[in-house]
Amino acid sequence: MRDHTPFVRTAGLAAVALSLAGCGHAVLDPAGDVALQQRDIIFISTGLMLLIIVPVMILIVLFAWRYRKGNDAATYDPHFEHSTSLELVIWSAPLAIIIALGALTWSSTHLLDPFRPLDRVSAGKPVDHAQKPLHIQVVALDWKWLFIYPEQGIATVNELALPVDRQVRFDITSSNMMNSFYAPTLAGMVYAMPGMQSTLHAVLNKPGTYEGMSANYSGAGFSDMRFKLRGLSDKDFEAWVARVKTSNRTLAAADYLKLEKPSEKVAPIGFTSVQADLFDRVVNRCVAPDTPCMRDIMAHDRMAEGQSPHAMPPMLPMPAAGHDTPPPPGGKPKGALFKNKDEIAPQPNIDKPRGPAPGKTDPDSPRNRDMSLLLPAAPARG
Amino acid sequence: MLTTIFGRLSLESFPIHEPIVLGTFIGVAILGVALLGAVTYFRLWGYLWSEWFTSVDHKKIGIMYMILGIVMLLRGFADALMMRLQQAIAFGGSDGYLNAHHYDQIFSAHGTIMIFFVAIPLVVGIINYVMPLQIGARDVAFPFLNNLSFWLTVAGAALVMVSLFVGEFSRAGWLNYVPVANLQNSPDTGPDYYLWALQIAGIGTLLSGINMVVTLLKMRAPGMSMMKMPVFCWTALCSNVLVIAIFPVLTAAFAMLMLDRYVGTDFFTNDLGGNPMMYWNLVWIWGHPEVYVLVLPVFGIFSEITSTFSGKPLFGYSSMVYATVVITILSFLVWLHHFFTMGSGASVNSFFGIATMVISIPTGAKIFNWLFTMYRGRIRFELPMMWVVAFLLTFTVGGMTGVLLAVPPADFVLHNSLFLVAHFHNVIIGGVVFGLFAGMTYWFPKAFGFRLDPFWGKVSFWGWVIGYWVAWTPIYVVGLMGTTRRVRHFDDPSLQIWFVIALIGAAIILVGILAFIIQIAVSIKNREALRDTTGDPWDARTLEWSISSPPPAYNFAFTPIVHTLDTWHDMKERGAKTPASGYRAIHMPRNTGAGVILSGLALALGFAMVWYIWWLAAVSAVGLFVVAIGHTFNYNRDYHIPADEVAAGEAARLAVEG
Repeated sequence: MRDHTPFVRTAGLAAVALSLAGCGHAVLDPAGDVALQQRDIIFISTGLMLLIIVPVMILIVLFAWRYRKGNDAATYDPHFEHSTSLELVIWSAPLAIIIALGALTWSSTHLLDPFRPLDRVSAGKPVDHAQKPLHIQVVALDWKWLFIYPEQGIATVNELALPVDRQVRFDITSSNMMNSFYAPTLAGMVYAMPGMQSTLHAVLNKPGTYEGMSANYSGAGFSDMRFKLRGLSDKDFEAWVARVKTSNRTLAAADYLKLEKPSEKVAPIGFTSVQADLFDRVVNRCVAPDTPCMRDIMAHDRMAEGQSPHAMPPMLPMPAAGHDTPPPPGGKPKGALFKNKDEIAPQPNIDKPRGPAPGKTDPDSPRNRDMSLLLPAAPARG
Repeated sequence: MLTTIFGRLSLESFPIHEPIVLGTFIGVAILGVALLGAVTYFRLWGYLWSEWFTSVDHKKIGIMYMILGIVMLLRGFADALMMRLQQAIAFGGSDGYLNAHHYDQIFSAHGTIMIFFVAIPLVVGIINYVMPLQIGARDVAFPFLNNLSFWLTVAGAALVMVSLFVGEFSRAGWLNYVPVANLQNSPDTGPDYYLWALQIAGIGTLLSGINMVVTLLKMRAPGMSMMKMPVFCWTALCSNVLVIAIFPVLTAAFAMLMLDRYVGTDFFTNDLGGNPMMYWNLVWIWGHPEVYVLVLPVFGIFSEITSTFSGKPLFGYSSMVYATVVITILSFLVWLHHFFTMGSGASVNSFFGIATMVISIPTGAKIFNWLFTMYRGRIRFELPMMWVVAFLLTFTVGGMTGVLLAVPPADFVLHNSLFLVAHFHNVIIGGVVFGLFAGMTYWFPKAFGFRLDPFWGKVSFWGWVIGYWVAWTPIYVVGLMGTTRRVRHFDDPSLQIWFVIALIGAAIILVGILAFIIQIAVSIKNREALRDTTGDPWDARTLEWSISSPPPAYNFAFTPIVHTLDTWHDMKERGAKTPASGYRAIHMPRNTGAGVILSGLALALGFAMVWYIWWLAAVSAVGLFVVAIGHTFNYNRDYHIPADEVAAGEAARLAVEG
């Protein structure tokens, strides 16, 4: 009976092995050098661990079988409970593996740190330092991706095109929810967070069309928060940029505020031009007119009480109202305990159909941020 | 006027338009009415109230914890089946049968229920039942607190269940993540249900942790030094020390989120200086040690069982103890591995990655210890031991994928993927669940006086073991293909086959669960044939087996004196006999209804706060204080079992044992 368990296990391993061999999928057969190195780390670490896992599993089955009650041939030693030499082995064998794995971890974590510019675009091909990395700003909106190409002056929604074999630097933030920017074939994921800027360096090596997604659950439209990743040759990339430039849509602050509103399953959109400081304002949460930027509030706070601890001059003139500035429009609901009686509305069950989304008639209504609304899949067009 | 009385609760709040929920509600209502009717018909209310609900006996509380855990397992598993079905059919153009709001509630509720209301009650229940018996104690240190802890856990579970039919549950994941759970993103009742349920249950768990640690430190039988405690007691001690250290962090994190939602503060908001990342740090400072809160006692269970059924003392007892303590300490240094991808930088990530791997050294040592306990043993493959072998083989793989995820560059591609989901189900099912079933099978005869039916037990065993591998191997595979978690439908049709296999696996696990329930029913029916008259059906080694099955209310007529590890085995070898005379009156704690009443008030408070029914909240909060203070004036707290009664009970026991 007990000998069936390893059989089940073997079958499981065989299934994994088959899938590794059979399917060319993003994590195990990536098109980007960073993801490729990350895959190699998976293989090396797994191999290192199998060095100890396999013997242990064999011993488990072997001992369970050999020392079963029915087997009188096996030694029975009811007092065998300690052996210093065995103890040394059972602590030091895992330790040895972990030392090797720890060394690998330390070096690979530093080498593949997403903040760190790349050394190579692919095996044996170092990065051309004369060429600046392509800079792309990524904003996770509810529930679509905005990609800004500051050098090209264009932006796209849910479509990311990269020239192959060129280092790319992504600056990543989010408008509201916490998402994770993930194109499995390109590189590992990095969280996109409101009010925070994170960075990823990567390179795509093979032309083609791939999938990208949000890997961190962010509310109702999360499952469709996907984008197309296109690997293009330099020439095709130029053509692609030119094509986006013909789209006749612009992305200024007002357009962004429309785009930012929750929507699902948004088809790709292109923007001919982008307001220059848009990404910076998204990170500092001051795209809406008359909102103070976080950076300025923080500088102001450092200067508060008359003196700055580091005598740091404010970077920008502080908006007049300073501390007393009202919170961003629609951004800050009242705490439940401070609601007046007439502000407590009966709460219908969230699945209940509720008619047209109020977002269309009343763009500033805080209910537009209400995840419990099932919004029609109408993309906001710039 | 209506909002004054009912807050934001209205007829609209009930999900009557949702056929799945409505059908469930009708089913639950019929079952509930039938159950209540039966209890009334058989006039059991008085018995249940005075013998069980108000009981401060650690054994009865332990059993009630187990019942709670098993009932909630059915709910949590129903959620799992619904998710598996959704993911198996929602491909290409199909949206499946669950909309986003329903699906998001289900995966949030599944995780919350499985950890807080299945795993914790089952682990706490087994500790409650077994640990005082193993250390030769009369009861836990604070018997009333134990009763209160249990009922607070029930109140939390009840609030989660209420959310199924009144309003909705959180859609922010099992840890109620911000920014999804912020007031501006989720103004509905979901996160409030989550927060109140877990605050109430969390206080129960914390009180229970304090209780168990004090019991272990202060109430061991004479002669039982720390290094003569059974390993299960050591693991229970470490687990409950962790509870005391981490649950306040969770309570504080939830309290801050409550302030954000009720008072309008900005701890975790996106604007005005709030920081959602801080919430993630706080919940995972709780969350990672929580893994060890659950798995350490289960390691203890496996140690007891391996030693008993191999007919040998545990190999390397002291190294096992040190390994447990090392894991306890290291578990505080690894929480950041839950978000390597948040951008902490390479050195921080490496530190936490390597700290995580280091935990695998003591864990590996434990595996070797069990291995060498089997070595040169005489292994009887009864059901508990079958669970041990299944655990060893399954858990090793889960440990390996866990260490793989601890390597930050690997984690960058596997984080939030289904590979990760498969990993933690691998260790939780293959470790915690297998261990709990092993423990339940092992100690059931002690608790009820008869063994569990082995045939249905084996059906359940194979259902779980085969079901686990069929359900989760494909999830590992799709994870390696770059499929991420919490996704409601997929575009790539080539993935569908894997999810269909996983659904079949879940159905096989369902067979295992149903067989477990049949097993209990069959065993009750055949209890005379399965009767254990010896008190020691497995030829075991620790003190709980030295008394009758089930044990008398006072546990030990004479406090045992401990000279060695595996005391009961030693007593048997030396032919020690319990004295048959010289009994004394035994001092016992008296039952009290205060725990039930306090928890009922806590439940009312939680419900009122969720729905903004301020008057009810105020009334129940005042009620809580009044009853709590009133209970301190209850001086009628104890009684004595007369020596005659003890003598009569012990004589009856000796007569049965012959």
